[in-house]
Amino acid sequence: MIGALDRALRHIGHLAIDWVWKLGVATRFTGYVLVRSADSVRRPQLTLNEIYFTGTLSLIIIVVSGMFVGLVLGLQGYETLKRYGSAEALGTLVALALVRELGPVVSALLFASRAGSAITAKIGIMKATEQLSAMEMMAVDPFARVLSPIFWGGVISMPLLAAIFSAMGVFGGYLIGVVVIGVDSGSFWSQMQANVDLREDILNGVIKSVVFGVAVTLIALFEGYDAPPTAEGVSYAVTRTVVTSALAVLALDFILTSFMFTGV
Amino acid sequence: MKRTTVDLWVGVFVTAGVIALFTLALKVGNATTVSASHGYTVFAEFDNIGGLKVRAPVKSAGVVVGRVEGIVLDQQKFMANVKIRIDNHYKFPKDTTAAILTSGLLGEQYIGLEAGGDTANLAQDDRIKLTQSAVVLEKLIGQFLYGKAAEGNAK
Repeated sequence: MIGALDRALRHIGHLAIDWVWKLGVATRFTGYVLVRSADSVRRPQLTLNEIYFTGTLSLIIIVVSGMFVGLVLGLQGYETLKRYGSAEALGTLVALALVRELGPVVSALLFASRAGSAITAKIGIMKATEQLSAMEMMAVDPFARVLSPIFWGGVISMPLLAAIFSAMGVFGGYLIGVVVIGVDSGSFWSQMQANVDLREDILNGVIKSVVFGVAVTLIALFEGYDAPPTAEGVSYAVTRTVVTSALAVLALDFILTSFMFTGV
Repeated sequence: MKRTTVDLWVGVFVTAGVIALFTLALKVGNATTVSASHGYTVFAEFDNIGGLKVRAPVKSAGVVVGRVEGIVLDQQKFMANVKIRIDNHYKFPKDTTAAILTSGLLGEQYIGLEAGGDTANLAQDDRIKLTQSAVVLEKLIGQFLYGKAAEGNAK
């Protein structure tokens, strides 16, 4: 009895220490990625390839899901607003929900599962097949040549993807609200424009998506770099990337929202 | 510089992103409506502003002509001092009155300006002298009950 309790406590303690340890390593890793990112600027082609990989290839899923989220928001919002006789506020509802929350958060979650998992798998397999060590042997810095460009590619892609998501969502809301249901087009747009502020809402949404981009890309890179060099290790690392990124995005979203949208 | 297909697709992606950002700023946001940066500011003092908020619209005859830029409590008179920025296109006579009104039954509160007959116009940092405070529902009900009670006593 005492022995089982003792083992359980030891296990919990071990997990906690392991987690803190890993966090420390991750912080050092972040420092390396940032310090050695001069090459990503000096050789833009490296970063450009990563923007293609993380951004352009995520375009389809972002456009389609943004559209559907907008369509659903339009339908559900209309059903509720109709009861209070204010169906014209549909534009405001759709735009604010997308620009402030759904755009950055949902596109970050999609980004984590579409691009983040691929980044982890790529880095993990490069490590498992000793490509990273081979680079070091040839005096090529894997941080400068591989990791930093991926990081900057992700950070640049994420806000653009979130903006595309929000724009498609607003368009979807317009399609359902105005074209299908028949809310007045003029009041749909004018109420939206009267209530969505450029700095307060749109800029804060962009800041959110930049923060999510940094978080998701760093988690994906670190999990890949930290993965045990086995097939199983890489598969666990990919799973951890998606889970950890999702949790990090939602937690960061809560923190950022409480900073940005309180008061007034 | 050699052009690759990747460059083209990255270009497409970045263009789409930038277009989306501009659409959000111009079509969804209020960048094109009355912008608060170009205009002149005037002040108005109210006994009670009710639920008026910063950035609330300032309307004249229903047309948005400006925005509320700041609300502070005047510590000498204990009145709310509201800073209003009016767009440069719109000029109002010096004896314009300002009232705090509500759009619809549950709508947001805004400032309604009603032009007077003065020949001189409001200029930067002028003060609107005639103001009408927000209607506070509790006071209204209180007055009604008080009136009813007084009626009952008279009978």
